[in-house]
Amino acid sequence: MLTKRIIPCLDIKDGRTVKGVNFENIRDAGDPVELGALYAQQGADELVFLDITATVEKRKTLSELVNKISHHINIPFTVGGGISSVDDVSVLLQNGADKISVNTAAFKNPQLIADLSKQFGSQCVVLAIDTKKEADGEWYVYLNGGRVKTEMRCIDWAKQAVDMGAGEILLTSMNHDGTKQGFALDITATLATELTVPVIASGGGGTMEHFVDVFTNGKADAALAASIFHFKEIGIRELKTYLNANGIVVRV
Amino acid sequence: MKLVIVKYNAGNIQSVLYALERIGMEATVTDDHSEIQKADKVIFPGVGEASTAMQYLQERGLDKVLRNLQQPVLGICLGMQLMCRHSEENDTTCLGIFDTMVKKFSGTLKIPQVGWNTVENISEPLFAGITTDPYCYFVHSYYAELCKETAAVTEYGVRFSSALQKNNFYGVQFHPEKSSDAGERILINFLQL
Repeated sequence: MLTKRIIPCLDIKDGRTVKGVNFENIRDAGDPVELGALYAQQGADELVFLDITATVEKRKTLSELVNKISHHINIPFTVGGGISSVDDVSVLLQNGADKISVNTAAFKNPQLIADLSKQFGSQCVVLAIDTKKEADGEWYVYLNGGRVKTEMRCIDWAKQAVDMGAGEILLTSMNHDGTKQGFALDITATLATELTVPVIASGGGGTMEHFVDVFTNGKADAALAASIFHFKEIGIRELKTYLNANGIVVRV
Repeated sequence: MKLVIVKYNAGNIQSVLYALERIGMEATVTDDHSEIQKADKVIFPGVGEASTAMQYLQERGLDKVLRNLQQPVLGICLGMQLMCRHSEENDTTCLGIFDTMVKKFSGTLKIPQVGWNTVENISEPLFAGITTDPYCYFVHSYYAELCKETAAVTEYGVRFSSALQKNNFYGVQFHPEKSSDAGERILINFLQL
């Protein structure tokens, strides 16, 4: 049976793993290659590396890091952060990334999704959406790491992106990210039910029970978290054992 | 041992190279007929689309070379599908090494299947030393039907061949290069044939 996936996310800044709370207050959390290899060994199903510096001059550093990661890690991994062209993606895939994630650049130029899926296959195109529930009860798309609000509803953008060739959605709730109060179950379930591609839920995982919730009530295909793994609040192995004991099929 | 990876227009060769490197093996990536024919082992990977891949192989005469190899050959993902008789992906006639058809997943399933799934009914030599049904990493929209050459079975809406074997030809639908310890064991088993 196809399992639910547990995905540690490593935010990278200047070659180091960092973790912010609510997209700010960055704390150092170690060497990404070492940490990634450790997670793989502990039973992580995939890894996501997000380069949060991602300026033009850092691009080469990132591809070198991706190359190092792919030499050391025997599970699939996604690389994201500042990707805006077919050339960017080509370099990362050539250095061994399995998938790439696009966010702001794809929103500003949706054709990028079509171009990427045509050239590399939709299986390696992950669309990352940062979303926030507003006072009107609707979930809106935010850009630039959560700094810029748009008028686009999350579900509308997700559907459009899947039509254009996105193979997976990485959904981060800004209301929940960093709070450890649980995932955004409603919007995750909406996307997971209405889309034909897998949905990775992100933001808010703080206890093992939250992961059970996101797979049952949230209907997520995968769940992503960062700080709880980095700071060893929850071990990947114990989490997966707990999920299995609660009827969620995961790889152990 | 001379190990060759067939070079063609379906990517993801890099991850296979790195996985081999992790288990201490070097491989040559080539589309040269005689280099492929002289190799001790041949790996035929691939992520891409069936008809353009077959067309590429035919234009370079690689289809005949592959079909006539006598040494162990391992097809991975699209590589395995191309070793079957026919693929529904753009109605493509494939190499016909395995006597089975490649069909598209249908129904209410999410397509492609992405993630870790159980590999059952495993058989030697490819799965030698693996005692419980392993989880392996899959990314695919098409699957090979069960047939007498089925060497392992996986279920995703339908039960399909997650591994095939006929004489010196082996194929796996999943990605051993991304399937953690189980995947490494399968690669080592192939290299030890």
